[in-house]
Amino acid sequence: MDIINLIYRDVTIIYITLGIVLLAASSSIVGSFFMFEKKSLVGDAIAHSMLPGLCLGFLFIGNKNPIYLISGAFITGFISMILIDFISSNSKLKIETSTSICLSIFFGMGILLLSITQNSGTANQAGLQHFLFGKAASLLMNDVINICILSSFIILCVILFFKEFRLITFDKVFAKTIGFPVKVLTFILNFLIILSITIGVQSVGVVLMSAMLITPAAGARFWTNNLYKMIFIAANFAIFSGIFGAFVSYTINQMPTGPCIVVFMSILAFFSFLFSPYKGIIKVFWKRYTYKIRIEKENILKFFYEVGINNKDFNHIISFKNIKTNFSFISNNKLQRRLNTLVKSGFLYYLGSKRWKLTESGKHMGAYILKLHCLWEAYLTKYLNIKPCHVHEDAESIEHILTPELEQELISLVGKEFPDSEFYDKNR
Amino acid sequence: MEGFWIILVAILVSLNNSLIGSFLVLRKSTMMADAISHAVLPGIVISYLLTKSVSSIYVIMGATASGILAIFLIGFFNKTAKLQIDASIGIVFTFLFAIGVILISLYTQKADLDQECVLYGEIVYIPLNLIITKNGLILGPKSFYILLFILILNLSFIIIYYRYLHITSFDESFASTTGINIALWNYLILILTALTTVASFESVGTILVLSFISIPTASAYLICKGLKSILLLSSLLGITSAVLGYHVANFLNLPIPGCMSMIAGGVFIICFIISKVNLNKF
Repeated sequence: MDIINLIYRDVTIIYITLGIVLLAASSSIVGSFFMFEKKSLVGDAIAHSMLPGLCLGFLFIGNKNPIYLISGAFITGFISMILIDFISSNSKLKIETSTSICLSIFFGMGILLLSITQNSGTANQAGLQHFLFGKAASLLMNDVINICILSSFIILCVILFFKEFRLITFDKVFAKTIGFPVKVLTFILNFLIILSITIGVQSVGVVLMSAMLITPAAGARFWTNNLYKMIFIAANFAIFSGIFGAFVSYTINQMPTGPCIVVFMSILAFFSFLFSPYKGIIKVFWKRYTYKIRIEKENILKFFYEVGINNKDFNHIISFKNIKTNFSFISNNKLQRRLNTLVKSGFLYYLGSKRWKLTESGKHMGAYILKLHCLWEAYLTKYLNIKPCHVHEDAESIEHILTPELEQELISLVGKEFPDSEFYDKNR
Repeated sequence: MEGFWIILVAILVSLNNSLIGSFLVLRKSTMMADAISHAVLPGIVISYLLTKSVSSIYVIMGATASGILAIFLIGFFNKTAKLQIDASIGIVFTFLFAIGVILISLYTQKADLDQECVLYGEIVYIPLNLIITKNGLILGPKSFYILLFILILNLSFIIIYYRYLHITSFDESFASTTGINIALWNYLILILTALTTVASFESVGTILVLSFISIPTASAYLICKGLKSILLLSSLLGITSAVLGYHVANFLNLPIPGCMSMIAGGVFIICFIISKVNLNKF
């Protein structure tokens, strides 16, 4: 008997997992489009707005037939979405405000209707409570079949209309001008989104549904700039978290499935935010750090070169104290480290007892940076009519960014009037 | 007497939320209030697990702490990772809420703590949680004093820093050119929002908090022009919907939070129509 129970439970967990995985995949696919329309929180509002529809479906039909409940939820969700768009396009309220207004009004209505259904004393209204927090672990065979059919329908539709959806998501005006039926396509996309929220609300609950829509998409956005690849990655994130969430909640007693899946999705998304090689947080910090170091090193070389110009002797020896007075904003330790790396890369000679002088390549480097600086100053004075006394600050920051191509361009623009370093000295 | 305390608490909640909500509507970040009110769940559960009591001051502190954590996480993802603001709100609050639900179902099976009371609130039970002195003198419900404290905090903050709040809410770029630290004021407003949300959702639930924050202020914003008139009218509309909602709920024997947000919704529809009529005439 135990073995039969075990096998039965295993079969149950397999088809529940299948349903959840399909659900997660389909909602993350339509959610990707939703995220690009900057409507992530509208999904939350739609999910909350489904409560009155569920209650109405239940009140009118009087039993828990999922078809009526789903259609009731679908209808109020759709009304709420239309209202959100209507309010934000017909008044000075922005979409965030209209979202929260519709969310609270519809959910308030839902609370009222829920209390009416509870007062009506029908035996199986307890099931309605599931729609608030989900019941992924207790899905029935019928629910799973419904989920499978609807999710496959959603995925199929997205595959069929992929090009059209991409166009209306990124450039509605262009789509209209080349004769796309934008309104019909928007309607289909919204229809699919609300459908996926409707089937998702049953299994993960109202609050966590918006995570199913946007979390995988937001995570996937950090790995690629191609919409096709992004949706593929988002679906994989969703499938992975669906399988692992179901597995963990199956092995640990009392572990709820929906929140577990959402936590897995969030961890994947946070991982992407941190470690993505394109625009992850760590990458951004690293870039900023290396850039800062490069600027400091270039400024030190420029300082050496300027001292050389002023003394008419590029072999001038400079002590640490002199450097420090010019770079007081860098700590002693850091300044020492920058000087050491400059020595290592062959731009400076270390003469012992904290004194340095320029090498040949250091001289070239300093001259080059100063040349870029002067080029930019000349460009600003010639083409933007800025007084020479105002251009120095701007050139200080631009000299580190100019590429060789831009340098050529500037030389051809500034032309014969390109000043030598004397120009620089005169204007200081 | 019970009805009196319920109405009084509801009025305090609506006043607090309308005052803070006015700035949120102007900054287009009302959904932050929704996010904060969901994100407090893990803080509540953890401090409950540590102290084993639902009504201690530690629960409020825990809730505030996790609300503030949510604010900074959202800001961090938005600013540093350049994630669009709506997505970062959606991801952070669902993550924290999911953790809260997991903690509840793992550790608090027999406890008197369920996620539904976070969503609905228990305004009916407010008169049951009274502060009674040693002499047996009844001083009124505890949430009344908490809300009163928050109201004084909010009011004094708004009155003292009115100019900064005014300028940063209406014209961020101008404010930054005059040397005002916009991020600081933004975070201060959001931290006050977290305090207000935590103090109010204990009595009225997250959804009513959101409706009091967004609906009266949005209605006032539709028909008013100055910040002062928005603040005044939104407080007035908030109090009206609280009092009316309580009486309608009592009359029809329906849940109070639902009725209050429905009345607020009705007020919003009226204001929306008024603003449309005005625009068409002139």
